[in-house]
Amino acid sequence: MKHDLTKIPEIIGRYPQEPGSLIAVLQDIQKEFNFLPCEALTATAEALDVPLSKVFSVSTFYNAFCLSPRGEKIIRVCMGTTCHIRGAKQLLEQLETRLNIKAGQTTKDMQFTIEVVNCVGACALAPVVIINEEYHGNCKVSDAKRFTRRKHEKEEA
Amino acid sequence: MRIESPKQLAALRKDLLAKDKQTTKKLMVCCGPGCLANGAGKLVTEFRNTLKKKHIKGISVEILKETGCHGFCEQGPLVVIEPEGIFYTHVKPADVETIIEESLRHDYVIDGLLYTDHRTGERKRTYHDIDFYSKQTRIALRNLGKIDQYSIDDYIMHGGYQSMAKVLTSMTPDSVISEVKTSGLRGRGGAGFPAGKKWESCAKADDWPHYVVCNGDEGDPGAFMDRSIMEGDPHSVIEGMIICAFAVGARNGYIYVREEYPLAVQNLQLAIKQATDYGLIGEKILGTEFSFEIKVNRGAGAFVCGESSALMKSIAGEVGEPRAKYVRSVLKGLHDHPTVLNNVESYANIPVIIDKGGEWFAKIGTPKSTGTKAFSLVGKVRNTGLIEVPMGTTLREIIYDIGGGIQDDRPFKAVQTGGPSGGCLPDDKLDLPVDFDTLTDAYSMMGSGGMIIMDDRTCVVDVAKYFLKFLVDESCGKCTPCREGLYQLHALAQKISDGLGTEDDIVKMEKLSDVIIMGSLCGLGKSGPNPFVSTIRYFRDEYLAHIKDHKCPAGVCTALIRYDIIPEKCDGCMACIFACAVNAITGRKGKVHTINQDICTKCGACMAVCRRHAVEVS
Repeated sequence: MKHDLTKIPEIIGRYPQEPGSLIAVLQDIQKEFNFLPCEALTATAEALDVPLSKVFSVSTFYNAFCLSPRGEKIIRVCMGTTCHIRGAKQLLEQLETRLNIKAGQTTKDMQFTIEVVNCVGACALAPVVIINEEYHGNCKVSDAKRFTRRKHEKEEA
Repeated sequence: MRIESPKQLAALRKDLLAKDKQTTKKLMVCCGPGCLANGAGKLVTEFRNTLKKKHIKGISVEILKETGCHGFCEQGPLVVIEPEGIFYTHVKPADVETIIEESLRHDYVIDGLLYTDHRTGERKRTYHDIDFYSKQTRIALRNLGKIDQYSIDDYIMHGGYQSMAKVLTSMTPDSVISEVKTSGLRGRGGAGFPAGKKWESCAKADDWPHYVVCNGDEGDPGAFMDRSIMEGDPHSVIEGMIICAFAVGARNGYIYVREEYPLAVQNLQLAIKQATDYGLIGEKILGTEFSFEIKVNRGAGAFVCGESSALMKSIAGEVGEPRAKYVRSVLKGLHDHPTVLNNVESYANIPVIIDKGGEWFAKIGTPKSTGTKAFSLVGKVRNTGLIEVPMGTTLREIIYDIGGGIQDDRPFKAVQTGGPSGGCLPDDKLDLPVDFDTLTDAYSMMGSGGMIIMDDRTCVVDVAKYFLKFLVDESCGKCTPCREGLYQLHALAQKISDGLGTEDDIVKMEKLSDVIIMGSLCGLGKSGPNPFVSTIRYFRDEYLAHIKDHKCPAGVCTALIRYDIIPEKCDGCMACIFACAVNAITGRKGKVHTINQDICTKCGACMAVCRRHAVEVS
């Protein structure tokens, strides 16, 4: 997969060139590429004058950062307490079985990524699944089939 | 436009009030987290477009207000018509035309959209008539559902920034601190440290500059009070911070918001821009000598960053690891300078305390825990939502009077307060008054205010396991007892939940818990074993059922349960066969289906789709 790495200097330039901007810069890079490309990490380290090891340490410490490319459809399953007791775990297992990947992984065809998230604050609708920023509330285990339908399957259904 | 003096601010408010009097009706669409997730965004667009087309006399698009969370999330999306307070629930875009024609053009109330009391079957016309609202006292949530979340003018019209003006022109830092001390306000983030005392220590510290930080890293799963305030009433947080900054002599403030709340970041940034344009933030506020600036920092998904010292490190762009607090953050906090860190809800209370006086605030609640507390009431409760009650209200009042009892009238089992670090309280604790000290004495804690209700179909071993897993993932790894101890605690809980535990394991877990509590630096580790400690205290029998009888009474722990199809009830519709991801169910159309126990993964998909309730769990 090709990424337009020429955008990196512009993104880094949005913030003051100091170590304190590290998290904000990484967030913007991730927003642009959907993950943190290796080249971006080295460029950030140089520009902000932070050791690369520290950039790596920050990008692995925080859950929001992802070092490998993610799928077209990012399925985020809320694992907040409310969602848990209303059956989010079963739903997640079902999604994992259907896509044959574990949470945090991406399918080989780069169509789906499953992620878990700790409470999005929409507990009234538990269990909640967020697919590319779109909220789906009161999900049932049986909804997993609908969520994991691939593009070509849609036409048949 | 820049407001140069308190007089100008008062004049602006007068103008806004006069303009407001000309509109007879207001249409409030709740855009809180729950309603938005339920499609409130589409509703707003539909209302806007239809209002533009209609040209009704006296009714323009301006009456449409996108408010913060109104509270009653279970019934969302909500639409309220003020001033009467007519309360429409579960509103869909298809209802928009009818609401405008019937309730705005004329004064008819649409019965079908009103809330129905589940006990009496009576339809309630306004939200004032509903128990969920009538039993609450709202201070921190005062503006939610009442003002447009994107409008600084609406906030000013409702008395916003008046307290700030009062502080800047007629009070000294000392008198502000003494007012907050009189109010008895304790930090709403969970620990309950007196806010006035914190401000005083910081103000006295002779090491400049001082900083003001707002903790909006609401990481407790099941809690969304702070999110609702930051999104729905951002100016109240900003005003509270400005007052605090004046009291402690700070020039810079930071609001740290967790990554999962993009809308809160957006609304806060908009609010800061509006306030800066009005000159309410920035240089020489309201023509006085006082200057203050606020920056929003986004978190990056780490629960431990809700801890004060970890949060400050994260603002500085570092890994969020807590530090030992031999020296408190009021003396050496952000960038090693004196820092006041308070929670979103604490700041939202400040303008009211200044306006009505510390004594007024201290009269609400209990002597040691004054004022009110916002809770998010969630789980297996009938009325899920955002509430605010005076301290000292009992759990029973909250769950049964406001919450309307348990979903489907099932038996109550436990209420979990305080997030992962809190505890579960059983039914004989329901009459406890909710305040900081009582909950701690009962081996739970107030926490930031998530209140999760569990019924007989929730397994406490599973809940303990869930929280321990959460904490294992979120432990920063600095202290070994927390990093390794919680891991082992979770492994033992898993063993019990798999039906392989022994009574000896419980003893081991209890010992291990003591070590973790003693050997960890920050609150995460010190309270990490709480999910286990509190459940073993109140629900030992359920642990023993898993160990001795190899049964999960709640029917949750997959290793100890099985799903079966009741032949008498099954009509052979094949829905479960299609739902099963592992093809464990066999049977032909019209014939009774059976589950192959060797293949079944116990996911419960068959039970969820069966319309005849023919699948049972045992």
